[in-house]
Amino acid sequence: MNLMVSAIGQGLLWALLGLGLYLTFRILDFCDMTVEGTFPLGAATAVTAISHGINPLLATLLAIGAGMLAGLVTGLLYTKGKIPSLLAGILTMTAIYSVNLRIMGKSNISLLGKPTLFNGRFMTSLPQYFDSVVMGIIIIAVITILMVLFLATDYGQAFIATGDNPTMAKSLGIHTDKMIIVGLMVSNGMVGLCGALIAQNNGYADINMGIGTIVIALASIIIGEVAFGELTLNQRLVAVTLGSIIYRIILLVVLQLGFSANDLNLISSVVLAICMMLPQLEQHLHLKKPILKGVRPHE
Amino acid sequence: MSKPILELKNVQTVVNKGTANETTILKGINLAINEGDFITIVGTNGAGKSTLFNVIGGNLSVDAGQILHNGTDITKSSEEQRTTFLARVFQDPKLGTAPRMTVAENMLLATKRGERRHLVHRKLKANIARFTELAATMNNGLEKRMTTATGALSGGQRQALSFLMATLKRPDILLLDEHTAALDPHTSLNLLHATNERITHDHLTALMITHHLEDALTYGNRLIVLQNGQIKADFCGQEKQELTVEKLYHYFED
Repeated sequence: MNLMVSAIGQGLLWALLGLGLYLTFRILDFCDMTVEGTFPLGAATAVTAISHGINPLLATLLAIGAGMLAGLVTGLLYTKGKIPSLLAGILTMTAIYSVNLRIMGKSNISLLGKPTLFNGRFMTSLPQYFDSVVMGIIIIAVITILMVLFLATDYGQAFIATGDNPTMAKSLGIHTDKMIIVGLMVSNGMVGLCGALIAQNNGYADINMGIGTIVIALASIIIGEVAFGELTLNQRLVAVTLGSIIYRIILLVVLQLGFSANDLNLISSVVLAICMMLPQLEQHLHLKKPILKGVRPHE
Repeated sequence: MSKPILELKNVQTVVNKGTANETTILKGINLAINEGDFITIVGTNGAGKSTLFNVIGGNLSVDAGQILHNGTDITKSSEEQRTTFLARVFQDPKLGTAPRMTVAENMLLATKRGERRHLVHRKLKANIARFTELAATMNNGLEKRMTTATGALSGGQRQALSFLMATLKRPDILLLDEHTAALDPHTSLNLLHATNERITHDHLTALMITHHLEDALTYGNRLIVLQNGQIKADFCGQEKQELTVEKLYHYFED
């Protein structure tokens, strides 16, 4: 039971990463590798700030700001520097690794005995693992609602059009470069927030905690899509969170089977690869129906 | 005679500058487009028709010369800036619409062509009746597909939608780049009729590139022959009406 609650809590917190990447990967059609650096950047910023006595809430806001700055750099490299999207992200991600070491001063900082967003009076009064569930639900609800509202504005529609058909967007006077920069900043701000929350929840920041994050983010997006099929845009945003929770439950099952935590990146990649190959497998083996019967409401 | 709405003065463009493949595509184009002109443009492949549109639209910068809009120099203004007064329909049906957005959403985007977009609710519902009515004028069932993603439309419907979107907010200049070339003959004719009706009814100023000499003769009040980066002939009014396919065809031989 505890393990299940923990998995759901982790799924909710990590869903933020999927939602952030959804903005760039799915809406802008921009494969943003920056997140591999932004995630630990958010963690490093928040944890270092807290260990210097800064209020956890303020430290978390700083992490969001740091993430947005990283997004800005990638955005400028891509739009003004004309560097291909994948490479622009990799450059920023690589540079951030050094920045993170500078920020933390060492490769691992513990938050033992320090205040975090998770050890306020209300949070500690909750049963074990429920703190991340409550925090996750609040954050995800707020972010999802904000995203839904944003995408339904004139600005949000122009944002969607930029990713959907840049040629048309430009011919309607939409400043596509600006849209891409804003999208990368918002997306990486969310990823920075996610890193800050995960670090506070874990009680430490580690220089290597970003490895594999893009696969985790993609897994939540793709599992959500594969599991729930045709959805409206707003429903898709909810599906990302559900996908993130399903992914954590899959990991839980796999770990119960005897794999160790060291195998996580291998498992993540395999899970994502299988999900992405489902349409192909379906064609050849007709596997989809029996696999998905359980999760899909109707066919 | 009133001032031209758009004027090109000795416009030249060079591609692959500084390399062995350096070519001058437009070799000094002088063109005054008057309000209400519906100009058809013909010319061989490589004559510079598309380049001319890209220069007017701002996708391509000019290497010499000037472009004036209502007397204001816009030579240096960006593609996005020019959309305040300019709309275009591309040849490729895929280029004119956003495939994952619905017909109505696409039309809503077009109502704000060239305007700043704010963080205010898009108000799609308030516009849907007007959009449906407009879509019905295309006579191809578009009005029944308002909530369909445009990626699922036929090429003809997509192109009709692109045309509607270009005229939703009245442009000073409408550029039609062979916008019916990718369609079957019947659909193409249908869209050309709708195009002509809209342009004459609303007194729009339009430029239309076409490879069909009959169409070039049938539509518009003015016809331009582009050849090798230059305007070879410019027929207006009576002159254009007396033109025949045979006479026009001579420009394509040699």
